[in-house]
Amino acid sequence: MISLSQTWMDGLLVMLMLTNLILLGASRLGHGIRLIAIQGALLGALPILGGQHGWTARMLFLAVITIGLKAVVFPWFLHRALRAGEARREDNPFVGHTASVLAGLVMLTVATCLSARLPTVGAGHSMLVMPVALFMILTGPFLITSRRKALSQILGYVVLENGMYAFGLVMLQDVPALVELGILLDAFVALFVMGAAVHQINREFDHMDADQLDSLKG
Amino acid sequence: MNSLVWMLAGLILMVVGGFASAFFGVRRSRYTRQIGAWSLAAGCAMAMIPSCQTLWSGVSVQLALPWPITLGTFHVGLDPLSAFFAIPICGLSFLGAFYGMEYLPSNSKATGFAWAGYNLLVASMLLVVLARQAILFLTAWEIMALASFFLVAFENERESVRRAAWLYLVAAHVSAAFVAALFFCLGHYTGSLDFDAWSGGSSLPSGIGTVIFFLALVGFGIKAGFWPFHIWLPEAHPAAPSHVSAVMSGVMIKTGIYGLVRVLTFFDTPPMSWGWTLVGIGITSGVLGVLYALAQSDLKRLLAYHSVENIGIIAIGLGLGCLGLSTGRSLLAFVGFAGGLLHVLNHAVFKGLLFLGAGSVLHATGIRNTNRLGGLLKAMPVTGRTFFIGSLAICGLPPLNGFVSEFLIYFGAYHGAVAFHSGLIVSCLAVVLGMALIGGLAAAAFTKAFGIVFLGEPRSREAAAAHEAGPAMRAAMTILAIFCPMIALLASSILQLMAPVLSTVLHVSAGVLTSQLEETVYFLNQIVMISLFFGMVAILLLLLRRSLPGAKNVESAVTWDCGYARPSARMQYTASSFAQPIKALFAFLLGSHSHLTPPRGILPQAIASFTSTAPDRVNERFYHPIFEAILKGLRRVRVLQHGEVQLYVLYVAMTLVALLIWCLR
Repeated sequence: MISLSQTWMDGLLVMLMLTNLILLGASRLGHGIRLIAIQGALLGALPILGGQHGWTARMLFLAVITIGLKAVVFPWFLHRALRAGEARREDNPFVGHTASVLAGLVMLTVATCLSARLPTVGAGHSMLVMPVALFMILTGPFLITSRRKALSQILGYVVLENGMYAFGLVMLQDVPALVELGILLDAFVALFVMGAAVHQINREFDHMDADQLDSLKG
Repeated sequence: MNSLVWMLAGLILMVVGGFASAFFGVRRSRYTRQIGAWSLAAGCAMAMIPSCQTLWSGVSVQLALPWPITLGTFHVGLDPLSAFFAIPICGLSFLGAFYGMEYLPSNSKATGFAWAGYNLLVASMLLVVLARQAILFLTAWEIMALASFFLVAFENERESVRRAAWLYLVAAHVSAAFVAALFFCLGHYTGSLDFDAWSGGSSLPSGIGTVIFFLALVGFGIKAGFWPFHIWLPEAHPAAPSHVSAVMSGVMIKTGIYGLVRVLTFFDTPPMSWGWTLVGIGITSGVLGVLYALAQSDLKRLLAYHSVENIGIIAIGLGLGCLGLSTGRSLLAFVGFAGGLLHVLNHAVFKGLLFLGAGSVLHATGIRNTNRLGGLLKAMPVTGRTFFIGSLAICGLPPLNGFVSEFLIYFGAYHGAVAFHSGLIVSCLAVVLGMALIGGLAAAAFTKAFGIVFLGEPRSREAAAAHEAGPAMRAAMTILAIFCPMIALLASSILQLMAPVLSTVLHVSAGVLTSQLEETVYFLNQIVMISLFFGMVAILLLLLRRSLPGAKNVESAVTWDCGYARPSARMQYTASSFAQPIKALFAFLLGSHSHLTPPRGILPQAIASFTSTAPDRVNERFYHPIFEAILKGLRRVRVLQHGEVQLYVLYVAMTLVALLIWCLR
């Protein structure tokens, strides 16, 4: 018997997976930022819609903060950094967009295989949580390594961060609110710093190609 | 209340004061210097009182606090040995702080950070001598290395300073690595990381003791500056601000000696080979240190090489002490350790004084190269006279303190040389010869240093415009200069005070030492009295000369100059020309390079020149090839270090995924 919340949750997780795949194939940076916003909103909704024990005030509070940060503040920051720079597109990444989507499918397979072997802690959750979370955790570093633009790399970082957030939902049913807020604050500060760094790279070098940073090497 | 709580409170006060000074320094506040120096002074006073108490009463105290670190307990203790090292640390740092108040530029943002580093350095040195647990000791050791690294790099806008700081950082960490290996080796065989558990070190398996000794010799020897681990001293000491050089050379390198002596206390009777090694290293460091010092023209570099020499003398003392312990000759063991340890105190006093003097010369003229100084005694009477006293003391002349400790070592060496023991006679004769050579060369080196810098005519415009240092700087130098004869005159009481220290090292009760003490002190007092008599005669003659009617009118005229009417300051002896005969004599050891472009023709057109340098041979022949080879070997690995951020992330990600797959396989 599949409960209603389970159905909702599976739906959200499938959508998360899809945003991930689209992100791998997206070449326009603005498009990528919108996808990240959608992903953040989906993640924020996950505990509310997928929760089995009904709604608590704490849950709502966290969801609001998560959605506020991941779906509104982060994308706003990134848009600002994007507007400051010249680049609008990820023109020639190290791994092409089609190849990236294919690599994404491979990573999804690996994630599914791995999650089958991982000990599941939070029983009663959807079967999909673990594979999707692992998929996002693998996608993040992949985006960071395969893209040239600093902004795409930040997107990769956010995806990694989102993956860990989803993973935390599975592993720990009762994370203290303080810890969760701490993690969010971490991500917030990291993003803030990275946004500022991109801004500075733009200003100093007239581009934001992170692969040319090795010219700084002594 | 436990007196250690006082001491720790003093340490905390210094560190907090230092950071407060850094905070005020960023805002360019007027109080930066005051906060830094006074908090340090208060902290030193708080640490000094319990140390003196412990030395006086011979009672040691311990304190163990819980410390939430793996394998670590905050176990500190104050025994006479720690107190004996803590007292010069507190005293010299105290004086150095007041000196630094005037010495450091007051309007720089970095001044506050210099105070933070200085206070942290002093606190960590004290913690090193207090620590009774390996992890705590290593932590303090590391803080000490880093704090002094930042101080060495204080004037980091200069390329040479950055290079010196870099070299020092590498040396300090090689030292830390060996000390860590030493502690983990001891910990492995005794099952504890607490110093108390190690005191029965002789029960270790036979070969391990020697391994431990050699690890200690290298680890602590790098910090102390034994030859051939000394190469960081002549680079780092000139680079640091002068009061920091004084503290680093006067007391920080002694923490290496402390570590070595502490390790020796873990063993009841060391094998003969340890004593021979120490004596050998001591003679080598002493002779080569003083020879290189003689060849230097940079004043602070010269002093740094003299630190190598004096560390050598300390090592000779400790080596003789070890030989005395192994052959069961208690008098030799007593005088050896007493001489070595007393030289630790003496060297802190006169080397601190000399570095402060060099600093005030540098402060007044901005010049460290002795070939451009000269005639400073007239412009800087206090600096010049105190420097003179320090020079006499470092040469080991009576009735000053350097003589006392060197006399003890000579006394031990003669005692050992007449003993019918083949292993002793050779090493003791070598000590006598080596010490005599060191003493003579040191006298030559300081005749050169003092004569070139303070006598004659100024060799540059900056030297001619020199002015005396400020009151705090003068006070610090004067106090240290007073200590030089004081320690010598009070030698017998000081040796009595040292009895509990020596009983810690020699594992006998302080009462047993009295007979040896009396025998030593008898000779010592006689020589001090005789030299005091001659000193008095000299002073009387001087006064007599002053009171003579002709002494008042002094005429100044040019030197007799073969009829040439325009002698210039450049016609004086230079530092290099003074040292040349000795350098030529020891050319086979020094290997100094000189480059001569002689004038050609009757009316030479091209500019003639002469340069001579004495680069350190150990550096050229030993370290340079080794580091080149390491660099060459690592060139293949350096391909990985390409600067591509993306690939770095890929390394991390791939490693993590590989680990995950490996765990779940």
